[in-house]
Amino acid sequence: MRWIVALAMFLLMATPGYGIDEPLSDTTDNHPKGERKEIFDPGDFILQHVMDSYEWHVLTAGKTHVSIPLPVILYTKEQGLNIFLSSRFHHGEASYKGFAIAKEGKYQGKIVRVDEEGHQIAGIGRPVDLSITKTVFAMLISMLIILLIFIPMARKYLNSPNRAPTGFQSLVEPVILFVRDDIAIPSIGHQRYEKFMPFLLTVFFFILTNNLLGIIPIPPGGANVTGNIAITGVLAVATFLVTTFTADRNYWKHIFNAPGVPWWLKFPIPLMPFIELLGIFTKPFSLCIRLFANILAGHFIMLSFIVIIFIFGQMNWIAGYGVSVLSVIFYVFMTLLEILVSFIQAYVFTLLSALYFGMAHEEAHA
Amino acid sequence: MGLVSPDYGTIFWMVLAFAIVFFLLRRFAWGPILSMLHRREQSINEALEAAQSARTEMSKLKAGHEELMEQSRAERDNLLAETRRIREEIIEKAHVEASAESARLLDLAKNQIRQEKNAAINEIRQQVADLSVGIAEKILKRELADKREQESMIRDQLKDLKMN
Repeated sequence: MRWIVALAMFLLMATPGYGIDEPLSDTTDNHPKGERKEIFDPGDFILQHVMDSYEWHVLTAGKTHVSIPLPVILYTKEQGLNIFLSSRFHHGEASYKGFAIAKEGKYQGKIVRVDEEGHQIAGIGRPVDLSITKTVFAMLISMLIILLIFIPMARKYLNSPNRAPTGFQSLVEPVILFVRDDIAIPSIGHQRYEKFMPFLLTVFFFILTNNLLGIIPIPPGGANVTGNIAITGVLAVATFLVTTFTADRNYWKHIFNAPGVPWWLKFPIPLMPFIELLGIFTKPFSLCIRLFANILAGHFIMLSFIVIIFIFGQMNWIAGYGVSVLSVIFYVFMTLLEILVSFIQAYVFTLLSALYFGMAHEEAHA
Repeated sequence: MGLVSPDYGTIFWMVLAFAIVFFLLRRFAWGPILSMLHRREQSINEALEAAQSARTEMSKLKAGHEELMEQSRAERDNLLAETRRIREEIIEKAHVEASAESARLLDLAKNQIRQEKNAAINEIRQQVADLSVGIAEKILKRELADKREQESMIRDQLKDLKMN
């Protein structure tokens, strides 16, 4: 229930910044163009929340931005290695050591090199950027959580052998057994499933933890980790590599000379081999996109319900508060749905990975 | 940052962190957990099997016990029947023997009686002969004296004889 309180706080705190006190007419004020006095842009707002960034935005009250600064790690030939906290950029307003966050252009939102006046230097590209961004930071936190849960749990297993599980152990053990008995064994087969178990379990709990953390609106939750294509891509590539390197002869034979397929599909134009070869890559690609799109969409929808409040609030403050009731109800409903989706997506990714591992070794099924 | 363009910084950290976490978990979490789960399942299976075998053993023992009981009961019945038969035989035998003995004794007694009787008859005959000789002697002595007296005396003598 804590997140509901957090949500309410978020709504109350964020409200003044975005409209209810600022009628539309405000934007027609004679502000200088550069100052960007806000007209609330729902698309921007949502993207800001689901995109990666160099700081972890917590809340904005009035004009005060509260965010967790994160380490920026940059390398350039000229300046060598630069490590500093993202708070140096003052929420993207300032430049530091010739670096600044690009406000527009090709590299919008990313760190670029700037001259003394803060203008992007054209034609030299970006510095090598290995910053611990919000996504990376959230991912590291989730991994820490996973390590802190499972390593002590393993010790518990070792210390009390042949005992029934107790406490948190009995919450997680059915999930481990589920991954083993309902995902790994049916997909891979009895003889070979064991060597895939660590990977499947790691992937499952990594995705699940990040999906669930993503639903919680305050740090360390709320980051869009499994809705980041780089993260899901790495997971999918890992599945691809495991599939490829554990595959046996039958797998390659199936790809280049699929049995039971008419010869004219293979010669003179190798249509089937081409399709099968493509399939090697589309399978993990679909894994990557499925998880990414599902989680991203979930974040979009949940944020949209929040954004609706501000859109209506811009028109009329009564409408804003009126809609907020409905929005929060939908938000709660979506949150529950997203919890379900978190489990389903973790399950689907793991199940499909296990199926691919199983398919790479045909005789186990024959 | 584009939504669908993966950021290489994120990829770098993800690969690094995921690899480290994967190997840490494999070494320190999944390995022990899975092997302990496996071992626990085995021990549960073993315990169940042991219980099952104990149960069959038990029922087997019970069956053996029952059989033994049945056997001993049959044996007892046999024994009882045997004794009953023997008892009857003995009684029968005793009967036969007793009746034979009694018959023998009866015969013996009869024989003895017969002998006694014969002896007695012989003796009577002797006595009768003696008496007859005596009477005849007396008659002969008195015959000449009186005819009447003679007759009465004979009558007396005969009376005597009858009394004997």
